[in-house]
Amino acid sequence: MDYFLELFLGGLTRGSIYALIALGYTMVYGIIELINFAHGEIYMIGAFTALIVISVLTMMGMNTIAILVIAGFIAVIYSCAYGYTVEKIAYKPLRRAPRLSALISAIGMSLFLQNYVLLAQTSDFLPFPNLIPDFTFMEPYAHIISSAEVVILITTTIVMILLTVLIKFTKMGKAMRATSQDKDMARLVGIDVDRVISVTFVLGSATAAIGGVLIASHVGMINFYIGFIAGIKAFVAAVLGGIGSIPGAVLGSFVLGWTESFATGYVSSDYEDVFAFVFLVLILIFRPAGILGRTEKHTV
Amino acid sequence: MKKKIGKNLIIAMSLIFFACCTFGTSFAQDVIKLGVAGAHSGDLASYGLPSVKAAELVVNDINAMGGINGKKVVLLIEDDACKPELGSNVATKLLSAGVDIVMGHICSGATKAALAIYKEENIICMSPSATNPPLTQSGDYPNFYRTIASDDAQARLEVDYALDVLKVKKIAVLHDKGDYGKGLAEFAKQFIENSGGKGQVVLYEGVTPGAVDYSAVVQKIKRSKAEAVIFGGYHPEASKIVMQMRKKRMNTYFISDDGVKDDTFIKVAGKYAEGVYATGPMDTSNNPLAIAATEKHQKTYGADPGAFFLNAYAATQALLNAVDKAGSTEYQAVSNALKTEWVETPLGRIKFDDKGDAIGIGFAMYQVKDGVYVEVSK
Repeated sequence: MDYFLELFLGGLTRGSIYALIALGYTMVYGIIELINFAHGEIYMIGAFTALIVISVLTMMGMNTIAILVIAGFIAVIYSCAYGYTVEKIAYKPLRRAPRLSALISAIGMSLFLQNYVLLAQTSDFLPFPNLIPDFTFMEPYAHIISSAEVVILITTTIVMILLTVLIKFTKMGKAMRATSQDKDMARLVGIDVDRVISVTFVLGSATAAIGGVLIASHVGMINFYIGFIAGIKAFVAAVLGGIGSIPGAVLGSFVLGWTESFATGYVSSDYEDVFAFVFLVLILIFRPAGILGRTEKHTV
Repeated sequence: MKKKIGKNLIIAMSLIFFACCTFGTSFAQDVIKLGVAGAHSGDLASYGLPSVKAAELVVNDINAMGGINGKKVVLLIEDDACKPELGSNVATKLLSAGVDIVMGHICSGATKAALAIYKEENIICMSPSATNPPLTQSGDYPNFYRTIASDDAQARLEVDYALDVLKVKKIAVLHDKGDYGKGLAEFAKQFIENSGGKGQVVLYEGVTPGAVDYSAVVQKIKRSKAEAVIFGGYHPEASKIVMQMRKKRMNTYFISDDGVKDDTFIKVAGKYAEGVYATGPMDTSNNPLAIAATEKHQKTYGADPGAFFLNAYAATQALLNAVDKAGSTEYQAVSNALKTEWVETPLGRIKFDDKGDAIGIGFAMYQVKDGVYVEVSK
């Protein structure tokens, strides 16, 4: 039973790592039906920004909690700027173009950002300091779940709740929902659609940056390629949960995390990805829109 | 134009070769003919050409000092382009030229093809670079020696260290599913299973490279009650696994390979790297003979030596030393000398075991202590 619990918690933390990235994917998809492949790169840029800030602040001798907060804050701002710019450069000019064009533009942006960081920084793995301290009250459980994992889990939940509240109960959220249903109609009733889309990208980038800082701190190393691998898994999770749905992204991430964790624990880690993707295929056969996805009526 | 140069080169080389032959046959009793075979053209020429230079440097020195037993050493240089079919051609060619002893070939496949032919004629062959384990271990080629550790040497050292020095019984063997890591892990598994009950493989698994988190595998290691983990792979996965193990308060020994014996591993894993074991090539950078050989290469050829240069240098020295000690090029006498006489080479003091692998060459066990890899005594 202990073993089951350990695997369950392991899957949960892995799932919450995916979820932090999947949230941004699903939000952007929900509004403009674009799979933003550059999202993983924004996460990576967030982690890199944080690392640079951390290095500077550590030299100035600040304490770790302050460093974590400041680094996280700067990473969020920086990533938001990137998200905003990427949208303006790569997606806005293509808003009226076929969806495939925007998708290819997204892949191009992803490659560009990866190689930009590769050239501007390094291709090596860089150590990322462990900023989340080991809480003393967690010590009895440290062999099962680490403090960093708890922090990631809690952050994911908070971010999910905040986003849901924002979309359900604020004016901006209402505008977002309207835009996602019908852009032209939204424009007719006076919604600044471009602004709504920009805000969505900025919010998505902010969650990615938070994810970048926390996950890098948990894993302990970063390089220019982390966004791609994490992005693929997060994308799978978002599709699994029903792309476009915020709770769906989180649920899908957890399901993916558990599938991988239990497959490793009870079968073999050689087949970890096999199980994850078999599960995805099964879900998509029986629920084509994902676990929480709603089947959309497509107007012809 | 390029083709023409190539053609001219071939003609020139064959002329040189013929010159060597005629020279060789006419003074048959007065020279020792050392064959140097390997890839000297094609994609893998960079592996073979340094061995030619190494042989030239060693032979020049020996000839300058009056040769061996009063005989000068001449080189018969042959190109097999690392292709097995050319390997056997080269072997036949060398034999018809009356070769006494061969330093080569470079690639395992070509070496194996040539060995069958050398064996018929009782010619000793020593490779500076063929790492395929069965070449020595199968016992099929008693005439074969090498101055490089075989592919399984690291796994052997890791397993021996775990069983004999750390005295652990239960071992988890992990790998990254890659050719290098999985190959090593398979050897390690096999060695533990054949250890006569000294050790036991309690877990054998491949992990997905690049995954964000390895907690499930780490839990599995914990449940298997393994006392040591042997990991085949590279440092990014190794550091993630070690960090997660230590964060989960597991003190299991972690033993890995030269893919992990890398400073980046220590940099990334930081304090969690402490105590990790990794095998790596023995350090030759402080060996005065290695420094001298490299300097000689720089002086003669105006460039830094290439791959396997020191191995080839050591092989040439070992062969000629054995001929010197044996007093002749007779097969049995030279074999005995190779197996009994220590020789000082740039790779250290070496001789050969019954199977033909060099004793004193290969890998050493290192452990991270205070942020650096330190060699630990066996």
